[in-house]
Amino acid sequence: MGVLIVFIQKAIVQGMGILFGALGEILTEKSGNLNLGIPGIMYMGGIAGLMGAFFYERGSASPNPVVGMLISLLCAFACAVIGGLIYSVLTISLRANQNVTGLALTIFGTGFGNFFGGSVSKLAGGVGQISVSTTASAYRARIPVLSELPVVGDVLFSYGFLTYFALVAAVAMSFFLFRTRRGLNLRAVGENPATADAAGINVTKYKYLATCIGAGIAGLGGLYFVMEYSGGTWTDNGFGDRGWLAVALVIFAMWKPLNAIWGSILFGALYILYLYIPGLGRSMQEVFKALPYLVTIIVLVITSFRKKKENQPPAGLGVPYFREER
Amino acid sequence: MNKEPLFRMSRRESIGIGKQILIYVLALFLALVVCAGVIFLLVRMNPIDVYKAMFDGALGTKRRTWITIRDLLVLLCIAVGLAPAFKMRFWNIGAEGQILIGGLVSAALMINIADKIPNTVLLVLMLIGSAAGGLVWGLIPTFFKAKWKTNETLFTLMLNYVAMQIVTYCIVFWENPKGSNSVGIINQKTRAGWLPEVLGNDYFWNIVIVLVLTVFMFIYLKYSKQGYEVAVVGESERTARYAGISVKKVMLRTMSLSGAICGIAGFILVSGAGHTISTSTAGGRGFTAIIVAWLARFNTIAMVLISFGIVFMQKGAIQIASQYGLNENASDVLLGIILFFIIGAEFFIKYKIERNHRQEGK
Repeated sequence: MGVLIVFIQKAIVQGMGILFGALGEILTEKSGNLNLGIPGIMYMGGIAGLMGAFFYERGSASPNPVVGMLISLLCAFACAVIGGLIYSVLTISLRANQNVTGLALTIFGTGFGNFFGGSVSKLAGGVGQISVSTTASAYRARIPVLSELPVVGDVLFSYGFLTYFALVAAVAMSFFLFRTRRGLNLRAVGENPATADAAGINVTKYKYLATCIGAGIAGLGGLYFVMEYSGGTWTDNGFGDRGWLAVALVIFAMWKPLNAIWGSILFGALYILYLYIPGLGRSMQEVFKALPYLVTIIVLVITSFRKKKENQPPAGLGVPYFREER
Repeated sequence: MNKEPLFRMSRRESIGIGKQILIYVLALFLALVVCAGVIFLLVRMNPIDVYKAMFDGALGTKRRTWITIRDLLVLLCIAVGLAPAFKMRFWNIGAEGQILIGGLVSAALMINIADKIPNTVLLVLMLIGSAAGGLVWGLIPTFFKAKWKTNETLFTLMLNYVAMQIVTYCIVFWENPKGSNSVGIINQKTRAGWLPEVLGNDYFWNIVIVLVLTVFMFIYLKYSKQGYEVAVVGESERTARYAGISVKKVMLRTMSLSGAICGIAGFILVSGAGHTISTSTAGGRGFTAIIVAWLARFNTIAMVLISFGIVFMQKGAIQIASQYGLNENASDVLLGIILFFIIGAEFFIKYKIERNHRQEGK
């Protein structure tokens, strides 16, 4: 029982960062942009948030956790939006290829994160020395009373606020996409930009906004790893392949934010499952680590041959839209 | 309401090669100016000195030059492998995995049968085995794409990580010394399965293999019937079908070729460069090569130049990193900036921008 609770907790902790990334990518892909720069953008968000907090804590005599939190939140979001903006300018205005631009952005963003991560560590006095524990304490603060409940408290209420924020964001995004006029417009842009354009929807504006805001949300995933998961420290390439897992989760969730919630927890569970299966040799552990990807491939294949309309990728995904070239 | 924008753009009918080069040179220049600004902001160093140091890092000594050439060859090999797939508009993002599987086959042969057969036979087996490994890894997503139109971008991407886990799986059995979690240099004493040096040059065979592939691909895409079919399918599947081309067949055939060449790149990395296998054997080259292949617009000769540019940048940045105490990830930041500019420059090659003439009165 105790092990199971810890397992669920750990799965949720692993999953939330991926959930942010996937939510950002869902919003982006709904506008028809396949942004493969999401892994890079998550690095950008993570390091910007960390640097914001770091310089605030360094500059202030008695840093306040809440102020540090707000600063890092803002920095992470803003920096990730800049990443999204680079992608948008290149693919929407300058009509560059989406895959190529996205991959370049991932190279840039990952380098950006590791570069500044390394540099700030140096400022802080050496590798692994960077620590913004004051700010991180705000991220790691648990809900009083509720988190002390037995079992329920551990499973449901033992997380920092970003976890609940991710859940709220997923529900809100689902409502936005499927219940509001603007959400409908956005989906129209992703499905068939030419028709949307003819219906008087500003395709360029929707694509820009969805991509940039999506990037900002994904950036919070990076921040989550840095602050809540790692407690305000930086390790180079610390996110590993989680950025790509976020892209995988979008497919697994079939472009629906609500599916992404349980999908992210499942991915988190699969990611750490090998630690909890007794008697697993080292080699078998490695096989288990491939599970999230294998599951994604299976979902991808099944959805492609079942051809259910509502489970397909947006029809205009990855296809650039130029009004005069229809 | 009907405000006319200040500029209008239109698709160019054609563009001279001179103008094309001019645009790229301009983009590269702008990129270097931005990079210089970034470098200055970070280290307050004279950017000219920094660029000098970069040149030194990439081509400063004979040894460094050869390492630059070695890495250039691998990148080129992968890009050459990707070219036919992209020309067909098949988004093979899975080069990374295809390289790893190819390299894995090579490493497996080196470790397990090196002492049982003559070295030449071993090398040939490794070459064929790697190509076959990459081919199979490339064919899996293609099969599903051909049959059910499964999205190949995402499928190939996922397979990269499956390949990585297969590699770590094998490393557990092959690790040397035990407990190090790495394979170490394979056959260090016997050099079995290493591409032999010729005329005192370690990389002779690397050069031969990659050049043969490059020239082959150039001719294949430009002058062969199969290459033409690839181009037609890439332009429009409907046209291809109308012309009696079996899209499925072309897809499977082209991706076999693409995967096999990426597998050979894995062979070169294991047998002709690193003599070891790890999850970082491909090291992101599969992704970088995508950008190379795309920017060169499938022209294999242009790929040589672009590969050189990118490897030069990387080596140079590692040099400034160590020389000025910068973190070596600076190379990815600078590379990213340069790529953004070059990707953006493509727009000005495809389109021209003209100023709208204002109408009389306001």
